[in-house]
Amino acid sequence: MKKKHYIGRAITFIACLIFAFAFLMPTVLTITNSFMTETEIDANYGAVFGTANTGKTYVSEKVNLKFIPDKVSFSQYITVLFKSPDYLFKFWNSVILVVPIVFLQLGIASLAAYGFTRWRGKIRAAIFFFYVILMLMPYQVTLVPNYLVSDWLGIINTRSAIILPGAVAPFSVFLLTKFMRRVPYSLIEAAKIDGASEWHVFTKICLPQCRAALFSIAILVFIDYWNMVEQPLILLADETQQPLSVFLSKINAGEVGLAFAVATIYMVPTLLLFLGGEEYLVEGIAHQGSVKG
Amino acid sequence: MARKARLKEIRGPITANERAEGVLLKLKDALSSLLFSGPSFIGVLIFFIVPFGVVVYYSLIRSSLNPEFVGLDNYLNLIKNSTFQTAARNTAIFSATAVPLAVVLSLVLALLLDTRIPLKSQFRTFFLSPMMVPVASIVLIWQVLFNQNGVVNDVTALFGAEAIDWFKSDHAPLVVILLFLWKNLGYNMILFMSALANIPTELLEVADVEGASPLYKFFAIKLRYLSPTVLFVAILSLINSFKVFREVYLLTGNYPFDSLYTLQHFMNNMFKSLDYQKLSAAAVMMAIVMVVIIAVLFIVEDWFGKDVEG
Repeated sequence: MKKKHYIGRAITFIACLIFAFAFLMPTVLTITNSFMTETEIDANYGAVFGTANTGKTYVSEKVNLKFIPDKVSFSQYITVLFKSPDYLFKFWNSVILVVPIVFLQLGIASLAAYGFTRWRGKIRAAIFFFYVILMLMPYQVTLVPNYLVSDWLGIINTRSAIILPGAVAPFSVFLLTKFMRRVPYSLIEAAKIDGASEWHVFTKICLPQCRAALFSIAILVFIDYWNMVEQPLILLADETQQPLSVFLSKINAGEVGLAFAVATIYMVPTLLLFLGGEEYLVEGIAHQGSVKG
Repeated sequence: MARKARLKEIRGPITANERAEGVLLKLKDALSSLLFSGPSFIGVLIFFIVPFGVVVYYSLIRSSLNPEFVGLDNYLNLIKNSTFQTAARNTAIFSATAVPLAVVLSLVLALLLDTRIPLKSQFRTFFLSPMMVPVASIVLIWQVLFNQNGVVNDVTALFGAEAIDWFKSDHAPLVVILLFLWKNLGYNMILFMSALANIPTELLEVADVEGASPLYKFFAIKLRYLSPTVLFVAILSLINSFKVFREVYLLTGNYPFDSLYTLQHFMNNMFKSLDYQKLSAAAVMMAIVMVVIIAVLFIVEDWFGKDVEG
């Protein structure tokens, strides 16, 4: 009986190892390959990206998947940081799109979530349910209305066309309301009896209680928009303003080595958030639980 | 009722002054509630609801220059459009394959981590990490893996398969499904893990004492408690599966192989030609399909999970 138990656990462990390898491999490969020299990249991946056609020499006709560079080199990073400002501009484009969205969405959502927590009723329940439905709608539904409004307001092809709809997106409202409803109602009531204003209750009681929630939602919103592709393609057709998430795929075959470095740089903010806030992130995801109630 | 009457007896009749005060209090309440929810309500109205109303209107007229009511003509034209058919079919096939896989595999991952094995929290971190990696950052590796000269072909060659360019073959959706699963399984797994942690342990202990097999425990106890989460993960994966245009676009650009042409590609092309009628009809149809799917999932979950709720 006991022996059987150990075998089961060993199998589980090995299965986890295999999954772990599959989940980590693409990220790790991208990072390690960014430290290769252009020659080594050509030698390994020339067959894929067709650098042979551009006149460069390449060694093998087959792809050589390599985890560890022959010689660790920062040459790609030096090129990205000092010689091709284009990539840094795109990176900055991503920052000035995503950061305002995160702050605005959280600000507006925490106000709304307080509204949904403090005042209940049939109408509010119906509105909340409507927010849930709206949250679940794919881009194919929401981008058309977004495009129309941006067109009317004359903000199409400007950053506002992405930032403003992002600021009022219902996702944070939904999740934050779920968190805020767990703040003990007695706390709010006690403050009200002591004569505190609604604003005071909101800023001094509700928000501090939800600090962890706010952080976890901020991470979720950040990664969602850091990764965006659909919105800029339609609402921000001007390529000079597009974020790096769109531009990365347009790097041409001659710059594959560079692309690995840019791809790695693009992961840095989200990976840092992940390393620093994994517990918050997990908490935030776990609280979504079910779409009901 | 009797209690209310007694209360009235004790405190005496409500004076006009008190009534006015009550109304005032209610008004104040309504006002502050509006102040808090106002920004969000207004934003949602401006950016989603009002324009969606216009979208519905656009879908029912001939064109903005000739606003003649044409009924469902735009919808019929859309359904008959062969490009739309391809896009809708591809998206439907993709979702129908990817969503069940995403639900089952993430549940498997959660169950793997529900056992007593070493390095559990490290495994959780590893499985979750892809969600924090922007898709744009790893498409290069995906191209290396699935190119004509790529690594995957080297592996399939061992089994005697011929080398193919995966992105330009009928197997292309498979590659995208792998990327989709890679990205989404961790997130779903967390949802399942938290649901598993909420199952009352007494129930499982009793089952152990009674000598229930692990399989019986899973199907008779755990799955019942997990059903709301299964629903949620299914909805979430469904929505994410509609976003798979992102992966396809980053891997293959605006004009992918036929089998990868999704609804969002179709919409993008309509945006380029500013064909509002087709766009609007497609958006409204998609919204209706989504509402129906969500409603069905809710009903199924209600029916399946009602004996454990409450």
